Parts: sequence; C-alpha cells; structure tokens
Amino acid sequence: MTSVNTNEIVLQVRNATKRFGPVLALSDISLEARRGEVLALLGDNGAGKSTLIKCVSGVHQFDEGDILIDGVASPIRSPGDARNAGIETVYQDLALFDNLTPSQNFYAGRELSSPKWLPLGLRFLKSRQMDATTSEVLDRLKVILPKQDATVALMSGGQRQAVAVARASVFARKVVILDEPTAALGLRESRKVLDLIARLRDEGNAVILITHNMEHVTELASRAVVLRQGRKVGELVPTKTNQQDLVSMIVGA
Amino acid sequence: MVVLVIVLSLVSQPFLTPRNISNIVSQTAVIAIVAMGQHLVILTRGIDLSVGANLALATVMGALTYKATGSAPLTILAMLASGTFVGAINGFAFVYGRLPHPFVITLATLSIAKGTALELAGGKAIQGMPEAVKFIGGDAIFGVPASFFVVLGVTMLIVVMAKTMVWGRWIYAVGGKPEAAVRMGIPVNWVLISTYMIAGLCAGIGAMLLAGRTDAGSPLFGNLLELDTIAAVIIGGASFLGGRGHVGHALIGAVMIGVIRNALNLLNVDIFFQLIAIGVVILLAVEADVLRNYLEGRVRVARAARLQ
Repeated sequence: MTSVNTNEIVLQVRNATKRFGPVLALSDISLEARRGEVLALLGDNGAGKSTLIKCVSGVHQFDEGDILIDGVASPIRSPGDARNAGIETVYQDLALFDNLTPSQNFYAGRELSSPKWLPLGLRFLKSRQMDATTSEVLDRLKVILPKQDATVALMSGGQRQAVAVARASVFARKVVILDEPTAALGLRESRKVLDLIARLRDEGNAVILITHNMEHVTELASRAVVLRQGRKVGELVPTKTNQQDLVSMIVGA
Repeated sequence: MVVLVIVLSLVSQPFLTPRNISNIVSQTAVIAIVAMGQHLVILTRGIDLSVGANLALATVMGALTYKATGSAPLTILAMLASGTFVGAINGFAFVYGRLPHPFVITLATLSIAKGTALELAGGKAIQGMPEAVKFIGGDAIFGVPASFFVVLGVTMLIVVMAKTMVWGRWIYAVGGKPEAAVRMGIPVNWVLISTYMIAGLCAGIGAMLLAGRTDAGSPLFGNLLELDTIAAVIIGGASFLGGRGHVGHALIGAVMIGVIRNALNLLNVDIFFQLIAIGVVILLAVEADVLRNYLEGRVRVARAARLQ
C-alpha cells in the first residue's frame, strides 16, 4: 500500500525554510504533490505561498530543506533546472512577452533550433515547426484566439491567461504550478481556465493551485495545504462542508 | 521615404545625380552601421551613449597601430577590437555592476573613451591609414561606394541574427519583459553583454569607414554620433520601451537623416536650421509610435469584445 503511494508522489518538499534577511518567509514546510491530483495551496496574503512556489520553480532557493522529484533529491537552482525536471509554472503576472506571438511565447527560452553543432544562441529557429505545434496545442485545449500570429499584446486577459496555461501544458511532464490563475478574470473566462486545469490534471500531471477562491478549491482540489505566516498550519481534503474550517485556518481564527 | 526623395529631387536639381547619391551613401554609411548596433541595444530596453566616443577611440587606436606596425590587417583588427572592448566594458559593468539603467555606464564610457582618445592622440588628428582601409572608406567599385557594400553586409548579418537565430529571439524577449525572460530560463546576462559588444563592434566598423574616408584617426570624430544613431533608430520606428522594431528600419532611419541633411545642404539651408529640422522629424517619429500604441490598445479592446 505505502509503496504505491510513494510512487504516486511526484514532487515532495521536505522541511523547507527560507529567510529574506531577518524575515522568516517559510519555516519547516513539508508537502507532497501526487500524479493526477490537484493540490490547493492556501493562505492569506504574505503567508508564504508565492515564496514557496518560487523556490520550487527555481526563482529562489530554499535555505534549508530538500526537493524530491519522483523520490530523488533534486536541487533546483534556476528556472532552467525546474523546467528540465518537468516542473512548469504559470506565474501570477503570466510571464508573457507582449511583443511576441503565442508560438514565440510558448518556446521562449527553449526554442526549437538547428543545427546542433552551433552554439545555442547562433542556431537557426525552426519557426514553422514551433508555430505548427502551438496551434495544435491551442486547438486541442480549445483556446480561441483572434489571430494566432498576432502578438500577445493584442489579446484580452482571459486569452492571455489561456496562452500562459497552454504553454505550461505543452512542456509539463510532472508538475504544473499555477499562481492565482483566475484572479483577474471574469466568470466565463475563469470557467475556461478551470477546465484547462482539470485537463492538465487528467493528463497525469501533479497540479499545485494557489487561489483565494474556495469554490474553485472544493471543485478541483483533492487536498489543500494551508500556510499562515510561513508555517504549515493544516492539510485536509476540502469538501463543501469544511469550507468554514479552511477559512478559519487561513485567517487563524 | 519615397515621397521625401521625390519631393527633394523636384526641388533640387543635383539631388538625384549619381555623384550626389554616392555622396549620401558614404556620408550615411557610418551612421547606418552604428545605428544598427544602437538598435539592438534599444531592443533590449537599453541605450548606448558611448558609440561616438567609442568610434573616435577606435580610429585613434587604428591610426596608432598603423604608425607602429604599418600593417593593414593589424590596423583593422585594432579598430574592431577597440570598439568591441568598449562595448564589453559597457555590457559587463551594466550586468555585473547591477546598474539600474545602461544610461549611466555608457555615459561613463563615453567620457572615458573620449578622454583616452584625446590623451593618446595628443588632442589632434593623426594622419595616415593603410590603402585597404582607405579603399573601404573612400573608394568605389563600379561607381558604387565600397562603404555601401559594407553597410549591406552588416545589415544582412544583423537582420539574419535578429530574425532567424535564437539569439535574436532572446533579444526581443529580454526587451519585451526582462523578468519573464529570467523566469523562462533565457540567459539574460549573456544576451545583454553580447548585445553591447556587438554595438561596440558596429562602432569599430564605423570607425574603419570614417578613418578610411578621411585618411586619419581623430579623437574628435563621432561627435554627437550617439544622438544621430538614436534618432535614426527612433525615426526607423523602434520603440524606446524595447522589444519592438525591425532592425533594418534603423537603416532607413539613418538614410532619412542623411537625405534630409544632404538636401538641406544642397538647398543652402543654414546648418543651424538643419538641427531644428532633424529635431522635428524625431518628434514626429516618436509621436507616431505613441499613436500606434494607442491604436493597438483600441484594436485589442475591439477584438476581445468581438470574441465574447
């Protein structure tokens, strides 16, 4: 029984601590994300959610503690490390390049290029191949854009969010982290993004979802971890009936 | 641009003569090449104020090298290396000095390069350049100035790098959103350093043309070249906010400045008035950019509304 469970755990954070100068941002946090499951990461503003995911996605590093991927300790020192390990992140500000097209955004930092014997920067872009894959993915995820070869600057908030989530879905092999993906969206656009998240989960990814919306948590998440002031104060299976417990855990009342 | 040329050829008889055209080409060549380097820097949200002083230093280094060795290849190498070196200082100091904006560092290297050039040359021009350099800067092949071919070669190289290579895509990404570029795993520091080095190299190539045309290296060359190149980039339609604009357009901007200057000269317009005219053109170009951004915003709202 236990061996099956540990197999399912894709990402494990053990006893993680992070300081910014004198401020203790994360204190002895442990959590695990399982394949085909949405883990909600909850907490009030400043609870340490964003710091935690930034450490997992390589923007920051933990001062103490380990990250295990498929049970193997894997130090993540840069965003590149995280991506190579199969961890994709959809940041709150989306990290989209307004001046580039969806396809150029998809492949930013990992452009398909040739020939291999040249140094990476001097290789020629395989634009056609990248465009083809991108439109395939957008079609599969039913993302409708005004024009696929127009820059992202010309798109609405929901379309941009969809592009960012779709980008993560192409490259994610193990873990997808989403930081408040619906925060700036209207109802209909939120719905679309939630459907995308469900699809990512069904494709076998471990999804970590940061959100303030309890409806979304009960709808999607199999488990919820609550942070407060940099500490983990609880972990439970969210249901319609224990929403109140979750909220009081978050605010500490 | 086309309109400008037609109007000018009607107003001024000698404007469209082959001799005048080749004049414009050789006068514009230096601005054009340095402007393309400047454009790469502006694409990354930066600015390089040192290009003029960098070019002056490179011509002096070239002249001194020619005096010492008498070797043409070494003279050319000295100019190109000097330009690239100053660019490298800009890049490394900007990135590893964690400076908030390249304005400061390139202002500093402007002063340092200018001072070094004046010091080395004793404050005046040094005569003498090898035949090869004089040929590139001043001679013609079948009636076409040799510098034209240099501009053509540099333009093609830069356009290919910026449009079809991974490095070029990274430049646009860094200019579009630097924080996102870091998070997407793009080696932002190296992209910036290489960009400033290429801008420096362009100043070195410009130095070669100017030194060849004048048969001298002088610390007084390249005065206000930084402003001319920035003007060329802006007139070419690039955005100061980075990430926008086709590199080839800097060439068009440079040619426009060259054409306007030349025409005003032919029409015997006062040199002071020329400065005013160029200034007005810059202002118009920037306003056009603002207008374009505004229209883009409107299009975005309209398109999003249609999809709802």
